[in-house]
Amino acid sequence: MKPFDLRQLSKAHEVRFSVDAETEEKLPWPQFTVADLNFFYGAHQALKGINLIVPNKRVMAFIGPSGCGKTTLLRTFNRMNEIIPGTRVEGSIRLGDKDLFSFPATTLRRVVGMVFQKPSPFPKSIFDNVAYGLRLDPAIRRSEIADKVEQSLRRAALWDEVKDKLHQSANGISGGQQQRLCIARALAVEPEVLLLDEPCSALDPLSTAKIEDLLFEIKDLCTIVIVTHNMLQAARVADYVGFFLNGELIELNRAKQIFQNPEMQQTQDYITGRFG
Amino acid sequence: MAKAALVIPEIPFQSRGLDRKQTWWERLRKGDEVVHLITLAGGWSILVITALLVQHLWVYSRLSRHAFGWHFLVDSTWDPVNGVFGAWPFVYGTVVTSLLALAISIPIGLGSAIFLAELAPRKLSNALTFLIELLAAVPSVIYGLIGIFLLIPVLFTVVPYFQKYFGWIPVFNGTFYGVSYFSASIVLSIMVVPFIISISREVLIAVPVSQREAMMALGATKWDVTWRAVVPYARQGIMGSIFLSLARALGETMAVTMVIGNVAQVSTSLMAPGYTIAAVIANEFTEATGDLYLHALIELGLVLFAVTMIFNALARLLMLTMKGHEVVG
Repeated sequence: MKPFDLRQLSKAHEVRFSVDAETEEKLPWPQFTVADLNFFYGAHQALKGINLIVPNKRVMAFIGPSGCGKTTLLRTFNRMNEIIPGTRVEGSIRLGDKDLFSFPATTLRRVVGMVFQKPSPFPKSIFDNVAYGLRLDPAIRRSEIADKVEQSLRRAALWDEVKDKLHQSANGISGGQQQRLCIARALAVEPEVLLLDEPCSALDPLSTAKIEDLLFEIKDLCTIVIVTHNMLQAARVADYVGFFLNGELIELNRAKQIFQNPEMQQTQDYITGRFG
Repeated sequence: MAKAALVIPEIPFQSRGLDRKQTWWERLRKGDEVVHLITLAGGWSILVITALLVQHLWVYSRLSRHAFGWHFLVDSTWDPVNGVFGAWPFVYGTVVTSLLALAISIPIGLGSAIFLAELAPRKLSNALTFLIELLAAVPSVIYGLIGIFLLIPVLFTVVPYFQKYFGWIPVFNGTFYGVSYFSASIVLSIMVVPFIISISREVLIAVPVSQREAMMALGATKWDVTWRAVVPYARQGIMGSIFLSLARALGETMAVTMVIGNVAQVSTSLMAPGYTIAAVIANEFTEATGDLYLHALIELGLVLFAVTMIFNALARLLMLTMKGHEVVG
């Protein structure tokens, strides 16, 4: 696919990137293109007319108060919401140049991996945890699995800490290590996109820093979409930041722009903590 | 520079009742002591009852123990007229029927539990579970009657065909009289299946959503999620339900007596009639003439107790080794 001109796309979908001389950078092709997306939990509308583009191989962060729909949007990207009864999606999402809903859900979820808020290792050994996704795919040979597990653990910056206890329980390592293990598990199947749903909210600052470092390492490998309540984190790791409020995308821009010179008053209020 | 003097103000003595010791009665009224006493008594009563049970079985089986020694376990003669008693046919019958019953009920029970917990709509699942729990409350004599009037006639039509093709296997050959190890095992499996279903369903439902979602996010199908994430996570609870069923099967008396045939012999064929420990005690206790006969029956009770203990211990051991392999947190 050809790189696209951000200004054209932002016109097409009314994405609120601020249009000035600086914005005319050439972005790689879009990973996700969301157009007029509405999402309903029964009668409750959680997302209202979302338009946005997630550029490929960049880090995009979603911020906003609790219940603003950012996690719902994230879970729509790999269609995890489908398992909740009574949910409904309107509008379109494209993954690359294909309709997101044209894939079988299981195939899609191997391309779009996800890491959850709470570390959720399986009650198995560290090795088995990373190998789980690999073993689901019959095309991956047994002999490859050990190499891929080591590679994923190295990418998740966990290898040095666990290489001597690969066959011990994953429940025995610290919360921060468990979360990096979950990232390694998601990376093992080599996804194009990694969705992170508040991955550091249960972790101490040191573990958080380690995860942020590793996001820098892996953003060449895959597109990262991260939901976070920590605005400093969004400022540190994200290239682009989207601010959500009450199910609407209020502002989407480069991280620097959002935090230094937001366009909208609501964004200003939120990031300065004057929200009430 | 003047030194700042540290002044410690005098604290006037204030009694707010903190210095007064509470009497025993006051502490009792606060609740903690009461709960401690009651629960302690509950805990001890279990030990005391078990100890009394073993002591009585041990003391009142002394004649038989002295007369036959360890031979009692391996001898297969049970001749009350001549006063020769051996427990082997009963031990064999008990173990064979229980294990066969488990072999039949585990796949059915686990399958149903997975269906009810993972696949069925919640309303249907709740309705069915209610019925299944009713099944668990049906008295065992009713299951015995079902065995006699429903199961055995059906088996009479099915077994001959079965034997025509598989009769060459030793466990299936011989004449089929209706009453047999096999019939007893089927009745037992019907009786224990509700336990497996009901407990396994509970533990499957209790598996955290985070485990399911984590698995799903790796691109797993619904079946992969169930079989590789949910069931392994619930494994201990499922094993628990199986042990409970095993205990029930080992000790079941009435229903087994009605369909096993009550013949004190050891047969390789599952189609032959047999006997179990619980059945023989129930059948012969009232007509036991002579102390040795009575003591032999009580020793059978001791043996049943021991068999149950051994099975439980083996089950625990199995759990521990599984823990070693698959690491449960």
